[in-house]
Amino acid sequence: MTMTRRELLGAVGMTAGSAAMYYAMASLGHAQDSTYQGRISLTGEPTNGRRVLVLGAGLAGMTAALELRDAGYDVQVLEYREKAGGRCWTLRSGDTYTDIDGVTQNVDFEDGNYINPGPWRIPYNHHGVLDYCKRLGVRLEPFIQKNHNAYLHRSDAFGGEPQRFRHVATDYRGHVAELLAKATNQGMLDAEVTEADRETLINSLRTFGHLNDDNAYVESDRTSQYRGYAREAGGGRDGAPVPSEPMDFETLLQSDLWRWLSEAETTSHQNAIFQPVGGMDMIAQAFAREVDDLITYNARVISMIQNGDTVTVQYEDRENGGDPVEMTADWCVCTIPFSILGQMDHNLPSAKAQVVDTMYYEGAIKFGLEFNRRFWEEDDSIYGGITYTDLPISLISYPSTDYFSDGKGVLLGGYVWGANAYQFNAMQPDEAVRWAVEYGSRIHPQYPEEFSSGVCVSWHKVPWTLGCYGIWQDKERDYAGVVEMGPDDRIVLAGEHLSYLPAWMEGAILSSLDAIAQLHVRATDSGAGE
Amino acid sequence: MISKTTTLVAGVAIAMTGLAAIAQEPDQDGTSEFRTFDPVAGELLNFAGSGDLAQTGGEAVYGAVCAGCHMPDGAGAQGAGVYPSLVENDLLAAPSYPIYLILEGQGAMPPLGGIMDDQQVADVVNYIRSSFGNDFNGEWGEATAEDVGETRQ
Ligand SMILES: Cc1cc2nc3c(=O)[nH]c(=O)nc-3n(C[C@H](O)[C@H](O)[C@H](O)COP(=O)(O)OP(=O)(O)OC[C@H]3O[C@@H](n4cnc5c(N)ncnc54)[C@H](O)[C@@H]3O)c2cc1C
Repeated sequence: MTMTRRELLGAVGMTAGSAAMYYAMASLGHAQDSTYQGRISLTGEPTNGRRVLVLGAGLAGMTAALELRDAGYDVQVLEYREKAGGRCWTLRSGDTYTDIDGVTQNVDFEDGNYINPGPWRIPYNHHGVLDYCKRLGVRLEPFIQKNHNAYLHRSDAFGGEPQRFRHVATDYRGHVAELLAKATNQGMLDAEVTEADRETLINSLRTFGHLNDDNAYVESDRTSQYRGYAREAGGGRDGAPVPSEPMDFETLLQSDLWRWLSEAETTSHQNAIFQPVGGMDMIAQAFAREVDDLITYNARVISMIQNGDTVTVQYEDRENGGDPVEMTADWCVCTIPFSILGQMDHNLPSAKAQVVDTMYYEGAIKFGLEFNRRFWEEDDSIYGGITYTDLPISLISYPSTDYFSDGKGVLLGGYVWGANAYQFNAMQPDEAVRWAVEYGSRIHPQYPEEFSSGVCVSWHKVPWTLGCYGIWQDKERDYAGVVEMGPDDRIVLAGEHLSYLPAWMEGAILSSLDAIAQLHVRATDSGAGE
Repeated sequence: MISKTTTLVAGVAIAMTGLAAIAQEPDQDGTSEFRTFDPVAGELLNFAGSGDLAQTGGEAVYGAVCAGCHMPDGAGAQGAGVYPSLVENDLLAAPSYPIYLILEGQGAMPPLGGIMDDQQVADVVNYIRSSFGNDFNGEWGEATAEDVGETRQ
């Protein structure tokens, strides 16, 4: 009989722990695999019009542009920004970023340092993103999601002292295994576990939780191999390691630190997980190398009208001003976030318009903090990974690249959702950074001494998305009608928000592939049109 | 969204009493946790609500959340899309519309009923209806916490 960790927790009645796991899974990273089936094949000539307008040059828009162009369409892309990529974006030394309220931040990082204000990790099962990376020559490296030597921290636990992940994880597992072994031996699980299985269960708990022969989780050589020794093994004199003492169960349970133990265990966060070498926008740059000649930048689309067998789009030229420019095509792939599409002049069918209008956008803020040296590596032996905290910054993530390098290093100094994100959003960037530095200093006392410069991106202030990602009011009810290209439609909608992998690049790409597959069927259908 | 329960409200109230005490004497008795700067009294309410908003009163709630997009002067902002201006905005005349939008969200705006209690929503509604060149509270009446509670249902 095998038991999952969840069942173990359930068996000892720790429903709070399971609730925390569910909470973790229900947040941004839904535990979803991808249905990507390999490179799309759009065969046949587009006989019902080959002119396609793609609105937005994020990953959804560029995927559509690349594939439709290859299939023989005459593609043009309109993009609000001065560059391609949309949310797939990196801020590097020398870059500037201007919020919707006109506040500009200069990224003063040392050469080569960067922060990804949006996407930062690619799960191994996001087959679409990974395939495009391979096709377009984007080099990937491991993203360290789980680091046993990073910290778990709550202000009201252990006097505010951060605890090493390996201590909390090993001790929690050990104590739970001990309790379960006790319960089994005391006959409390007789109804659930057959007599034959009881012994197997106890044996498995000894292995799983590192219990001794009396089924107790105690200070020992064995437990120290997992949680770490009080004095590590050495050579020569005083070489013998000194075992460390586990935390007692009650303190650990009450500390609440166990709530983060399964963060890295959804299929969207398990090893292996990747990042592009040099910043997430390496993906955007790779797409742009393919389709840059199709993109008109600084084009703010203001209307999108389908009538019979054409689509007419108007945009403002943000650089040169003047009257709106009008363009007409046979088909249109619109990847503009609904937060903005809802404000445009369009004549989408009312059922779709209704969803466009009611989808709201979640907020989030990320901080990139640069420090004079990599003190997390030099002083704390933390190489990549994430420290979780109940402070309003939520987490600190250490760079998964350039380990052991001299010079300055950049931390993700906070990644915040909900009530705290809204409050950070209402601050000016320098003020928000000041708070992020304050909170981080409670975990890493080196902060005040070593802090060099910081930037933050609050997604409700990003002028071209007005939010982080789209939330459906009632997805079960409305989804099918919105992603479907109706028989009278010349416009098909695509983007992260039109997928069951919301707030993942994979969702943007899969949505786009499905959209152009529908478009292609219509454009090549010899029975249609007339 | 987490719906507001009495326990959560009580949690906020307790957090605020504690902070008010610190705010009077930052640092002097060694109780301040602040390591890198000395916050002024109002700032201590920032992030004090753990999941909720600790600020009370229309102006403070507006400054802590709404000002981020609608701007401190209520003028809104424009990018690829816009955040509507609240200045001299007739849509704010009757309290019901802003109450509904704050609770339910729309477009870029997320529902905020999960982080504000009924009184906070009523207060911020009355604040925007009497600021930025608006003066609707007299003629149209003020929003009450009860109005907000009814809209929630
Ligand atoms: C904070 C954060 C963290 C994330 N983390 C991850 C992660 O770790 N891994 C992952 O895979 N994904 C992550 N994502 C999600 C990922 O970034 C998105 O799902 C994906 O990039 C969306 O692509 P898109 O093409 O649908 O939209 P966008 O990239 O938003 O593209 C839309 C484009 O339309 C343009 N546009 C808008 N309005 C107009 C207009 N009026 N006229 C013309 N153009 C217009 C915009 O400028 C933009 O370029 C994260 C996102 C955020 C914000």
